[in-house]
Amino acid sequence: MERIFEQIPRFFSGPNLTLLLESAGLTLAMTMAGCLIGFGLAFVLVYVRQTPGKWAMPLRWICILYVEVFRRIPFIVVVYLVLFFIQAVTPDASLFTIAVIAICLYAVAYTADIIRGGLESVPQTQVEAAQAMNLSRLQTNLRIVLPQAWPVIVPPAIAFAVSFIKDTALVSQVGVFELTFRGKELNNQGYSGILVFGTIAFCYFLLSFPLSMLGQYLEKRLGTPRGQRRTRKLWSP
Amino acid sequence: MNYNFQFGVVWENFPALLEGAWLTFQLGCFAFAGGALIGLVGAALKTYAPWPIRFLVDCYVVFITNTPALIQIYFLYFGLPEVGVRWSNEACLLIGLTLNAGAYLTLILRAGFLSVRITEIEAGQTLGMSLLQQVRYIIVPHIAKSIYPALANFFIVVLVMGTSVGALIGVDELTGQAINLSSVNYRWLEYFTVVAGMYVVLTFIASIGLALLGRWAFRVKARIF
Amino acid sequence: MAHLAVSDVRASYGALEVLKGISFSIEKGEIAALVGPSGSGKSTVLRALMGLTPITGGEVDIAGETMNYSSAREVRAARDRMAIVFQQYNLFQNMTVMQNLTLAPLKIKNWDKAEVASEARRLLSLVGLADKADAFSDQLSGGQQQRVALARALALKPQILLLDEVTSALDPELVNEVLDAIRKLADEGMTMVIVSHEMAFVREVADKVAFMDAGQIVETGTPAELFDAPKTDRARDFFSKILRH
Repeated sequence: MERIFEQIPRFFSGPNLTLLLESAGLTLAMTMAGCLIGFGLAFVLVYVRQTPGKWAMPLRWICILYVEVFRRIPFIVVVYLVLFFIQAVTPDASLFTIAVIAICLYAVAYTADIIRGGLESVPQTQVEAAQAMNLSRLQTNLRIVLPQAWPVIVPPAIAFAVSFIKDTALVSQVGVFELTFRGKELNNQGYSGILVFGTIAFCYFLLSFPLSMLGQYLEKRLGTPRGQRRTRKLWSP
Repeated sequence: MNYNFQFGVVWENFPALLEGAWLTFQLGCFAFAGGALIGLVGAALKTYAPWPIRFLVDCYVVFITNTPALIQIYFLYFGLPEVGVRWSNEACLLIGLTLNAGAYLTLILRAGFLSVRITEIEAGQTLGMSLLQQVRYIIVPHIAKSIYPALANFFIVVLVMGTSVGALIGVDELTGQAINLSSVNYRWLEYFTVVAGMYVVLTFIASIGLALLGRWAFRVKARIF
Repeated sequence: MAHLAVSDVRASYGALEVLKGISFSIEKGEIAALVGPSGSGKSTVLRALMGLTPITGGEVDIAGETMNYSSAREVRAARDRMAIVFQQYNLFQNMTVMQNLTLAPLKIKNWDKAEVASEARRLLSLVGLADKADAFSDQLSGGQQQRVALARALALKPQILLLDEVTSALDPELVNEVLDAIRKLADEGMTMVIVSHEMAFVREVADKVAFMDAGQIVETGTPAELFDAPKTDRARDFFSKILRH
């Protein structure tokens, strides 16, 4: 125990704090980059999955299979697969790129279900009204369905991204200089494990907690019926 | 890409992978069961206990759910020996996962507690049910039905995401075995492809089992896919 | 040559045949009404005409052009000539009244922007809602929403307008404002097919009435013929129940 107290001043020195700040930034950056790209691709996946017609059956199955399979494989296995696959293709890809690709592949599978649920929450009658006016499927989705589905999609998508901040700790295993990797490094330099991993845990908490609060706030705000929100806006411009 | 896949060596070591899968399954079950006990106590305290205890439960849940399971396990594995507590790597993994699952299950079970409507209990009272009967015939079936899908889903999360963390502290569960074996002969892609397939099969079996259990015990339709 | 001629149109939901060969025709400027018990397939006729329920047989003539809805192109062609107003209005919730009216004319028909806007304003004043152009649908009453839906359908300049139980979802005191708007259209000579439970209104505006039961047209005639002296038992039975009060 005394050892820990002895180490505290040296541990919380300028260089160490800068290191932690940088690696926290990296953790946040790769999570957000992977989730944002994955979120975009998930829209494409859902759109393909909803293609009607017999000829599109294989396409639909591929989309369903993708979501099902990736939800059943541990993230760390995906990270290893991406790492060795990418290295076999282009040996000079950066570890950050590899981490972002792995996060992205995973995020597609998880957010696709969120997006599908959101799109399906818009009444079918809205789609029919659009069809009756000859709007194409893409136009119907972009102009009618998606604008109404946002309030249902955004809060859980944010919740997923925030919770995935924690899961990215696993990419430390392949040597990305994010928070957990730096933690292990500091531990190897002789700093107390309790001190180091307590601090690292607190860093993750500082990233995750405020963002999850923001997500909950958005959920409440977007959950307010459209009319009530608008009326408020109209009365106090 | 001119990578030459060679799966032969993987099949030679398949029994070792199967052992890993068995350990994964056991770890998942024990962590989930322990977590469910913590969750039950946590949810009960959060619903009925006085505020200082409720606050402590809140702290536990908020801190665990906002930090990575890996860091929690590292804390047990690298940190606790400094204060004289030495656990094996399997014990660290299992205790860490249980504490982690406990926090999430507190949230899930608490949502179940809140879903019981007072009118249903009143209906039971007017039928002259005793407190025990109300619990047995109204409250438990209602909670089970409302949270079973979430529980089944979380079991898969523990089984997949949870246990695989063990690979990073040298536990020989499925992912750990894959790392051990592939670092001998460098057939990483082959090993991890096969292991990914094994996870899919393992969770699929678990999903079907859970769906059947749910249908039989609580008459809920849990989603397999 | 009839303006709209429907011949032997069939449709099914799975194994259940909901339209068992529907045939009728109307001239330009005429108003036809489909009446009958619920579940008789009245609304399905309109949905089939709009290509919302797939047609499994038969064909439809619109202004001399024959289409059988066998391809996406034919369905588009049919939708291009007709417009439908739904029972539940189905206004686009994420758009203002004005955007609801101008979306399809601008984006699908590619008509001139200024003309579309002035036409939309004309239609809104026709249905008495000139001041609601910038409102969202959840700020309007049911009757107002239905009148907007009517204007939205008219903004497409359809050759035939289909009205699917447009007053059924409305509170009784709001029914008349919608019926008044339809009367105006009738006076302007719009060709319409109406599905309605408002028998007094049907008698007033319709040129011909078709009584439907179990996916078939049982009897047709002028409102007076059908309401006062139905020839078939099923029609007599239905009208005696519905016109008693």
